[in-house]
Amino acid sequence: MQNPHGSSELAELGEIRFQPWNVGRWILWGALALVFALLPLFFSRGFALTLMSQMGIMIVFALSYGMLLGQTGMLSFGHAVYSGFGAYAAIHAMNRIAAGTLLWPISLLPLVGGLAGAFFGVVFGYLTTRRAGTPFAMITLGIGEMVFAAALMFPGFFGGEGGVTGNRTAGPPFMGLPWLSWLTFGPQVQVYGLIAVWCFVCIVAMYALTQTPLGRIANAVRDNPERAEFIGYNTQRVRWLVLILSSFFAGIAGGLTAINFEIVGAESFHAVRSGGVLLAAFIGGAAFFFGPILGAVVFVVFAIALSDYTKAWQLYLGVFFVLLVLYAPGGLASLLLMNLRVAKFRKFARLRDPYVGVLLGGLLLALGVVLLIELTYHVTLDIGQGPLMRLFGLPLDTSAPGPWVLAAFVLVSGFVAFDYYRRRFARCWHDVQVEIEDWIRENPGDSPR
Amino acid sequence: MSDTKAIALELAGVHKRFGRTEIICGVDLAVPHGERHAIIGPNGAGKSTLFNLISGRFGVSAGRIRLNGRDIANRKPYEVNRLGLARSFQITNLFPRLTVFENLRCAVLWSLGHRYAFWKNLNRLTDAEDRAQQLLERMGLKRRRDTPAAQLTYAEQRALEIGITIAGNPTVILLDEPTAGMSRAESRHAVELIREVTAGRTLLMVEHDMGVVFGLADRISVVVYGRVIATGTPEEIRSNAAVQEAYLGKAVVA
Repeated sequence: MQNPHGSSELAELGEIRFQPWNVGRWILWGALALVFALLPLFFSRGFALTLMSQMGIMIVFALSYGMLLGQTGMLSFGHAVYSGFGAYAAIHAMNRIAAGTLLWPISLLPLVGGLAGAFFGVVFGYLTTRRAGTPFAMITLGIGEMVFAAALMFPGFFGGEGGVTGNRTAGPPFMGLPWLSWLTFGPQVQVYGLIAVWCFVCIVAMYALTQTPLGRIANAVRDNPERAEFIGYNTQRVRWLVLILSSFFAGIAGGLTAINFEIVGAESFHAVRSGGVLLAAFIGGAAFFFGPILGAVVFVVFAIALSDYTKAWQLYLGVFFVLLVLYAPGGLASLLLMNLRVAKFRKFARLRDPYVGVLLGGLLLALGVVLLIELTYHVTLDIGQGPLMRLFGLPLDTSAPGPWVLAAFVLVSGFVAFDYYRRRFARCWHDVQVEIEDWIRENPGDSPR
Repeated sequence: MSDTKAIALELAGVHKRFGRTEIICGVDLAVPHGERHAIIGPNGAGKSTLFNLISGRFGVSAGRIRLNGRDIANRKPYEVNRLGLARSFQITNLFPRLTVFENLRCAVLWSLGHRYAFWKNLNRLTDAEDRAQQLLERMGLKRRRDTPAAQLTYAEQRALEIGITIAGNPTVILLDEPTAGMSRAESRHAVELIREVTAGRTLLMVEHDMGVVFGLADRISVVVYGRVIATGTPEEIRSNAAVQEAYLGKAVVA
């Protein structure tokens, strides 16, 4: 970013390294910490706290996955192995603390989880990272299945079907300070606080890792592993190191899960969890550091909040995922950044009307889809409760044709409206992007005024 | 520096078989320190395979390869690179999503001893930054510093390719058709660039453009069917009857 009036020549002297980003970075991190601190003031209900606690955990987990998929190009189908071992290590440590055989503060339990995750990252990672690409993905899938099966085979450590339970309030006072004895981690708000602190520290640490020699070489290995070998790097070693670090943070997420739920079962290793973190990272946009944060928030909303309202939440998550992969393969983060770029080039006004049309049409279409799905779900799964159901506060009789006709009408009109505006929007969007790309090509290294 | 006659790169009886097909059939080659040496030969002669054997991409079936007196045959590419040999590729082989600057900075990290460090802040490593910046200017890519490598023009990508190759301060450089696909003007520019950045180093290059070869090389080896049929100065090669018959004659006629 140079300005056209000769200051680029000054910068070429290389004497002064002006880094305006440093200030911005402090503001950004400060704002994030502030948001984390203020959230429970606005959302103090039990459900909101549960939701935010799980978001915090999922953010750490999804970011650790982003290190693999986004930063190093490693598609893992077994990342739950590391968070699972972190959770088990933490819950066993918690029980030792309660029994008085281990002197360790509850607040630092996630570190135990992290170390356990890293240890298994060293062991299993040595095997999985010997290969890259599809073979790597297949080996991780195999190890995930293997660990899940093994967890059910050794109930002594893994607790069998019931899992292992713990009690997070059993430890000594925080840091051994009597005046902090109110901090028992009993109430959910205190658990949220603990998760928020760990989440913040982990976000900062994982961002810092992207700004190290290993972090950058990981990007190089992602882009072109062969060339990385010819500039002196053993790509196998790079993948292994990244996997160990990623497992460390996954293990922290596992440790936080153990504190949050006070129970850890074999399903912690399940492929559904491995798939969930992949989904979260992908939805958010793994190519961008902050993408998995967005993805984790959206994923938890689907998995926890939406599942309270509808049994079809996984269907909606699936549809959402497919649409995103089709139309915004870069995830929510790329959507956000593309729109910010349009705004930066002051072309957003042109997109406003098509946007409104697309959003209203899309909303109508979504409403039709939801109506139809919910009616069908009720008829096929909840018919024992009678033909009556409530949807968006409306009483609907699934045995009468009315609701079905309404649903079909909304669906069709929504589709027609959406399809019309989608085409208009796509044209307009394309034109704007081409203009921006042209401008950038003609003014390399410059930024719009 | 004391002994300029010392051999930088030496191949002795190198064979390479793929299944039953022998691609390289006993190549002997000795390139002294500081020499610019070109390998020419018709398509399919085994020039690229030779490069892949030297740089560690393939293992040899038989024979010895020595870099500054150390055996490097059958070593991994990164081991060969750490011993001071770097190569470029015929098909541009960059880190497409990283910016030009990051491409160069990645390429200097190992040689500056930063290895796999995950406890150092990359932006505070002034040695890596300065070296990458120097390379950027030397390659004439300063204006493209923050452009992703994938968005460069072809000639710019070729320049970056050479920049990455020399970034780690190698003693021996292998360039695989550095001017392939370039216009005459771009090619002339590339030759100047190569002459400049390989000064004081040993260069081994594969090249089809005879103008580039005769303008740049101190000595030339002609490879035909996996064998070196002649080695000598450009004048010797030009007047060599066997070479004329096997390669140059046809090329001139065509």
